Amino acid sequence: MPGLDAAAIHARLAARFGDAVGALEGARRDNASATVAPAALVAVCRFLQTEDALAFDCLSNLSGVDYPKRNVIQVVYNLYSYRHRHPFALKVDAAREDPVVPSVAALWPHAEWQEREVFDLLGVRFEGHPDLRRILMPEDWPGHPLRKDFVEPEEYHGISTSRESLLKA
Amino acid sequence: MGLAGFEVEVQRETDGVLATEDMTLSMGPQHPSTHGVLRFVVRADGEVMKEAIPDIGYLHRSIEKIAEKVGWHGFMPYTDRVDYVAAMPCNQGWAMAAERLAGIEVPKRGEYCRVIATEFSRIHSHLLSVGSMAMDIGATTPFTHAIREREYINDLIEEVCGARLTFNYMRIGGVAWDLPPAWREKALAYIDRFEPLIDEYDRLISYNKIYVERLAGVAPITPEDAIAWNLVGPNLRGSGVRFDVRRDEPYSVYPELEFDVPVGRGELGTLGDCFDRYIVRMREMRESCRIIRQCLRQLPGGAVLAKVPRNFKPPAGDCYVRVESARGDMGWYVVSDGTSFPYRVKIRTGSFAAISMIQKLSKNLMIADLIAVIASLDLVAPEIDR
Amino acid sequence: MSLINTAPEMALTTKVDDFLNWTRKSSIWYMMFGLACCAIEMMQTGGPRADLDRFGMAPRATPRVSDLIIVSGTLTLKMALRTKVLYDQMPDPKYVVSMGSCANCGGLFQLAYSVCDGVDKVIPVDVYVPGCPPRPEALTEGLMKLQEKISQERWLVRKDGAAATA
Repeated sequence: MPGLDAAAIHARLAARFGDAVGALEGARRDNASATVAPAALVAVCRFLQTEDALAFDCLSNLSGVDYPKRNVIQVVYNLYSYRHRHPFALKVDAAREDPVVPSVAALWPHAEWQEREVFDLLGVRFEGHPDLRRILMPEDWPGHPLRKDFVEPEEYHGISTSRESLLKA
Repeated sequence: MGLAGFEVEVQRETDGVLATEDMTLSMGPQHPSTHGVLRFVVRADGEVMKEAIPDIGYLHRSIEKIAEKVGWHGFMPYTDRVDYVAAMPCNQGWAMAAERLAGIEVPKRGEYCRVIATEFSRIHSHLLSVGSMAMDIGATTPFTHAIREREYINDLIEEVCGARLTFNYMRIGGVAWDLPPAWREKALAYIDRFEPLIDEYDRLISYNKIYVERLAGVAPITPEDAIAWNLVGPNLRGSGVRFDVRRDEPYSVYPELEFDVPVGRGELGTLGDCFDRYIVRMREMRESCRIIRQCLRQLPGGAVLAKVPRNFKPPAGDCYVRVESARGDMGWYVVSDGTSFPYRVKIRTGSFAAISMIQKLSKNLMIADLIAVIASLDLVAPEIDR
Repeated sequence: MSLINTAPEMALTTKVDDFLNWTRKSSIWYMMFGLACCAIEMMQTGGPRADLDRFGMAPRATPRVSDLIIVSGTLTLKMALRTKVLYDQMPDPKYVVSMGSCANCGGLFQLAYSVCDGVDKVIPVDVYVPGCPPRPEALTEGLMKLQEKISQERWLVRKDGAAATA
């Protein structure tokens, strides 16, 4: 595989940011990642994007995962470099009651929509986002659907959300 | 162009006191050429747009949440619905993610069947894309040609897996059914018949003067913009970036196959315009035919499905798997917690990125050009909304 | 004074009704309301092999000129409100064909939080076509059933079917 391997990328991150970047997790190319403190996220992303040997020019995927048992909502950034053809992932943990994560929309333009989706479905607020509003659900939808404790509403604008099954046991 | 001259005349005739107002139109969600239920709020000054803001979510079917309810095997039919125009690569992405987490190896014949199915799906999807693009531009005949060719591919795939559109053909560990007897000859006969037809379509529309005028130079996307805005697949290759997941992050048996990766060269306009994205799709169909021929020649014997327990419980962990779908690099981020239900599935699709770029691309385009841009980016609503 | 549903049931008046129904069922213009996967099969049905044009059915873009709305695909709650608006914009007499499992009852998306389980929660449906997605032959049969339904309508003749006296 061309490009740097995950251990080399993590070594450069640890050398530059020290404690703000956690240990390397995941042994394969497709799940190598490191947990980053929320306060250092934008600096880490800028370093990964602008450093010549790393050159992560694309935020390939941005997902939010709800971990109620650990009481966090984790936001996962899958980065990819088209120049060097190497991937890496960053993970940020945010407190579940009021999750706030700094926005990287200034670094990668498409992150604006990706962060809106995580806000819509999980309720994570991205600080510094130019236009944070719902994107997939209707504007007046109650709650954040992808949370583990989400309860479906009984009806929406007069349309009931359940259907009686014709197959009676 | 003549627009500036007209404005000058109007200024002179009205002493510059003609009051004008921008129109705000809602295009969609029901509209014949939005490629599914998409809505654009268009602010236009006559025919020229100031901007077109996309509004999505009309086909949000909560596929990602359903994965947490139906289990690993049960999610396979839902992956078809993520991109129903090219459903086989979606099946493959999900199967590969589960196999990567559990360390399952797919038998060689199963991998070849997967590649054949995926490449037929790619031709299937590009035909619809090219046909509906021509229809949106105004040429209605190529659409019926495309529909006719798709019917023959539907027949072939129906023999293999029983379905015409939402296949549910692949399973975790391989594919569900082997190729039927005599299918190989039928498939080769179809490819022999189809390849010259690609040249016929080229003669019919690709270099037609009206078609080229509508597409060349419209909404060019530079390679740097394409990468920064997360475009993938033919959209990215149309801007000149030679990246293909099958070549650069190889998976399955693609390392054993020979094929080229066509990129746009700005031959009839600017690099990265609508025409480049269109011509990349036409050339990709030819490469897919080449791949199918090689696969049918090199097809080994053996089983098509590895033994996978019915109560499938991969070890806890996560992975991010990428496959080359017809619309580009489709990423599957899957988290497992060791139970028989996935913990989180996130699907990253090419159309979501492409539509987010429309607001930027639409400045100073005409409304008819917006239709051309939507068609050239090959948006499908289910990929955007999931 | 309106003539609708006023005439007694005689050979002549039923023939007028049959003639009117024959003209209407042979020229049903459907609105392209393709929402999801079934829309692709609807396009294939309108294509060269399973031709809908031989029935006189042509796809229209706007509800103002359509007789029929083929709801093909999953109806989300966000879209359901707009579907009602589009149905109201169609002029009478209008028909609704619910194509596919998702439009019939929610289909395999009944587990979803954002899906309206069936289009008959917002608009009245005439024909349900099952399938996921229905084959072109299945959709054609559904539309032929709609033609049968149209051919039994009564316009001139009284609806209670009273026979002519003397």
